[in-house]
Formats: sequence, C-alpha cells, structure tokens
Amino acid sequence: MIKVEALIRPQKLDDVKAALIEMGIRGMTVSEVRGAGKQRGFTQHYRGAEYTVNLIQKIKLEVVVSDADARKVAQAIATTARTGEIGDGKIFMIPVGEVIRIRTGEEGDVALQ
Amino acid sequence: MLGSRCSSVAAGVEAAVCAPSQSTAAERVRRAVVAAAPLLLFLAPTAAMAQGNAPKVDTGDTAWLLVSTALVMLMTPGLALFYGGMVRAKNVLNMLMQSFIALAVVTVLWIVCGYSLAFAKGSPILGGLQWLGLRGVGQEPNAFYGATIPHELFMAYQLMFAIITPALISGAIADRMRFGSYLLFVAIWSMVVYVPMAHMVWGEGGFLRDLGALDFAGGTVVHITSGVSALVLAVMLGKRKAGLAEDMRPHSLPLTLIGTGLLWFGWFGFNGGSAIGSNGLAASAFVVTHIAAAVAGAVWVAIEWIAYKRPTALGLATGAVAGLVAITPASGFVGPLAAVAIGAGVAVISFFAIRLKSVLKYDDALDVFGVHGVGGAWGALATGLFASKAINPLGADGLLAGGGFALMGKQLAGVGVAVAVAAVGTLLIGLLVKAVLGLRVTGDEEDAGLDLTQHGESGYAGASTGSESAAATAVHG
Repeated sequence: MIKVEALIRPQKLDDVKAALIEMGIRGMTVSEVRGAGKQRGFTQHYRGAEYTVNLIQKIKLEVVVSDADARKVAQAIATTARTGEIGDGKIFMIPVGEVIRIRTGEEGDVALQ
Repeated sequence: MLGSRCSSVAAGVEAAVCAPSQSTAAERVRRAVVAAAPLLLFLAPTAAMAQGNAPKVDTGDTAWLLVSTALVMLMTPGLALFYGGMVRAKNVLNMLMQSFIALAVVTVLWIVCGYSLAFAKGSPILGGLQWLGLRGVGQEPNAFYGATIPHELFMAYQLMFAIITPALISGAIADRMRFGSYLLFVAIWSMVVYVPMAHMVWGEGGFLRDLGALDFAGGTVVHITSGVSALVLAVMLGKRKAGLAEDMRPHSLPLTLIGTGLLWFGWFGFNGGSAIGSNGLAASAFVVTHIAAAVAGAVWVAIEWIAYKRPTALGLATGAVAGLVAITPASGFVGPLAAVAIGAGVAVISFFAIRLKSVLKYDDALDVFGVHGVGGAWGALATGLFASKAINPLGADGLLAGGGFALMGKQLAGVGVAVAVAAVGTLLIGLLVKAVLGLRVTGDEEDAGLDLTQHGESGYAGASTGSESAAATAVHG
C-alpha cells in the first residue's frame, strides 16, 4: 500500500477531487497547509511596514491506495493539478506498513475498499 | 436657522434674540453663535448668570448632548475593534479588554473624584473637591459649563472622553503588558495626567483656558496626552518578541474597518457635542469633522498608492482616524476649507511620523504616537493657523485669519504643557507600576498569547492561537 501525498494549489482541489472520485477513489484527507518551494512569495505593506510572505497557502491531499493503483492515482493528480507554472506543487509516494479499518478491524487492501 | 431659535441660553444672553424683528439678520446670527456657548469659551460665566436669569434646561440642547454622550461612549468599543483587528489572533481579546475595562474603571473613578478634580473650581492646575461623589451635580444646569443642559449630563459627556483617552494608549503597548499592570496604570494615569490636563484646558479657572489656548474637543487633552504617553510607555516596555514575520500581520482588518466606522460615527458626538448645544456651531463642527476624516483618508490612500503601488484598507482606516484626531481641537473654530487643509496635512505628517518607529527602533505597536500624538499636535497648531472668529466669535483669529502669531503662541504653550505633563506623568507612573507589579508578561506568556495567559480565554474557538506547549507551561507551570 502506498500513501500518495500531494501538495497542490488550493484552486485545483475541486478538479483533483473530481478526478479521484471518477477513478473510484472515495477516501481522502485534505488539509490547508503553508509551505515554501521554488515559488516566490509576495510582499505586503501594512502602514508602510513591509511583510514578506514566502510560506504560501497550499492544499495537502493524502490518499492511501493499493500498490497497483498508486501510479495511476499519482498520474491523475499530476494531470489535473498542473498549470505549467512554478508553484504547482509536489507528489510524494510513501510506503504504508499496515492499514486497519477502525469500525470492523479489517486489515490490508480490504480496509482500503 | 441660527437666529430663528429662541433657546434658553439665547434668552439668557440677550432678550433681543427672541424678538427678531428688532435686529438685523446678521446681528441675530452673531448673537445666537455667542449664545451657543461652546465648551471652551474662555469668557466669564455665561451671560445667563450675569443677567440674573437662572439657567434653564433646553430640550433641544439636552437631547443632542444625550445623543452625543452615547455616541462618544460607542467610540471606546469602536477603538477596541480598531485596535483588536490589528493584533495577532492570540491577543485579540486582551486588546479589546484594554479598551472595555476603561469603561468600567474610569467611570467609577470619575464619579468618585475625577469629575470634581477636573471641573470643579479650584487651582489653575487642578479642580476642587466640592463635587466629590457627584455631590451637587444634578439635573440643574451649571451655568459655566452648559447653561441649558443638566449638569449631570455635562458630567457624563466628559466622562466618555475620560474613558477613551487612556484606552487610546493601549495600542502602543499591545501584546506584551500584564493586564493588572495596565489596569493600575490606567487608574493612576486618569487621575494624575488626564484630570489635571482637562482642568487646565477646560476647567473653570484652568490656566490654559484662561491663557486663551483653543482646544475645542480635546486635541491636547485627549490626543497629545495619550499619544505621548503611549510612546513613553512603549519605550519602557520594550519591543514585542518578534515571531515569524508574516504572523505579525494584522489578524482581521475587517474588525479594524468596523472599528473605524464606529469611531468616525462617534466622533460626530465628540466634536459636534462639544458645542454643548444643538445649534449652528454643533453643525459646523459636525461638518468639518466629516470633511477632515474624508480628506485624510483619501490622501493617505493616495500616498500609499504611489509609494507602495496599492491602496490599502488599513491605510484608509488610519488616514480617516488621523483626520478625525487632527480636526478635534479645531472643529469648533474652523470652516470647511480649513478642514480640507487640516485633513490633507495630517495624512502627510502622520504617514511619515509612523515611519519613525522603524528608524528610531521603538515599538509603538499600533502607531498611537504617530497618529494621535503627532496628529493631535498638528491639529492644535493648525488651530493656531486656521481658527476664525467668523466661525466662532468666542474663539480667536489664527495666523491665516489675520490674527497674527498671538494664538499660535498660545497653541504652542498648550502643546508643550500637554507633552510635558504626559511624558513626565507616564514615566513616573510607569516606574511605580513596574516596581509594584512589573510591566511585562514573561516570554512564554507572550508566546502563548495574552488571551490565554491573562484572561484564560481564546478569541476564536478552535483557531490556532499560539504555541500549545508554551500555553500549558504558562497556565499550569
């Protein structure tokens, strides 16, 4: 099992979510995060005092899928979240040791269905 | 309209006002304006007494002063929001509390002894004790301060000024002062700095009043004293701990803009009410107040647009408040075009004044000195430039109205006294409070936020308001 962890632009979440649901992936976790990368931040002035903001709002999307689906899911996210500009984000693929469904105690791929 | 009214003040001054057919329109206007005894009339007790007519409550004047008192009261919650939006989310309640608590504490002090020491007849510097506990301050008018409104109402109106003035200081010391220490500071400051200043400028026998320095609604008493005290106390406290730079940004400018709206609205009572009557002078003060706020807001935004390429909401709010500050001392003495100049002037002056803190490295967190101290000083001196007897015959002619330097000299004296009293008073009170209670919260408390550590509350449930571990240490450790 693989956790696909994608950091994407907030405005792309809707499209990515729709693509995942279309593939039959229903389970996901989404958080609002701030981060820095190649994308430059921006400068704001409050009463003339300058604030440089380089931690930019991103969405972190986490999906755990079977090894067989992992590549396909990552591709789908990459395709829908891409604009071609700096700041599109990254996808991390992380091996997952075990999965347990709390309600039933089921383990492994079954718990992901 | 001015000459057509037969108010009881007018009746006291000149019976002819009530017999319009006997005098020219111009003469009637002049008399009515004279009759509309403003707060700062520097003339002997109103003519009502001189003529032997007992002062009598006028319903129109009383209605407007009741409304004005309520308007000025609302400015303190407005100030709380204005400031509260500019601090970080973890300190929002503390910022609001520093204003709201003044409503509670200063009220008690004021009725016990503050009002008497500020307004009862006494020495040139401090009032007497004859009105302790509001003894003798009842429904009958006081001929000297307002011959047509209940004395009790004049007392309440002045109370609202006494409340907002120390609250103004809180913006400079945001995010780092112990609440108990702030409270003790405000209580002592109200009695040691505000009360004598109010007496000197407005009280019967006060020496700046007798000198002829003009301060219609509190440029020196309210804004210079609070602005200078804010600077001194901010320096004594030291700078805020710098966190992640971008987290130091204002947490909710919408709150700040709502606060600005309430301040602007309340200021019509602050300045318009200072005519102590429902009359032409009140309308004049009302209009110039609005003009100065509008012009200063617009000019501030224009400067920002040029300097930083963006017209900011905070800039508009700051400019409008600076305009209101600057017009305050002048509001009963100048006309609309002078208000434009005063508003435009303060926008330029305060815009650069608030940059001083980054050059001189003091942490006046929300720019109380730059806006209120410097803006108030500009307003006081601008009164010396633009004041005109054509607007208020009980005032004086300023430099540009052909009055020469006489008024300007008096205005400078007023500014100098206000700066000196505020600076020395705040230094001494600050040292005293530091010795008794200490001034600053600990570093851990500052990290966790003052809402949690000073009040045991959070402004926003569920929001991240500082380091949880630091909070735990501060609360339990």
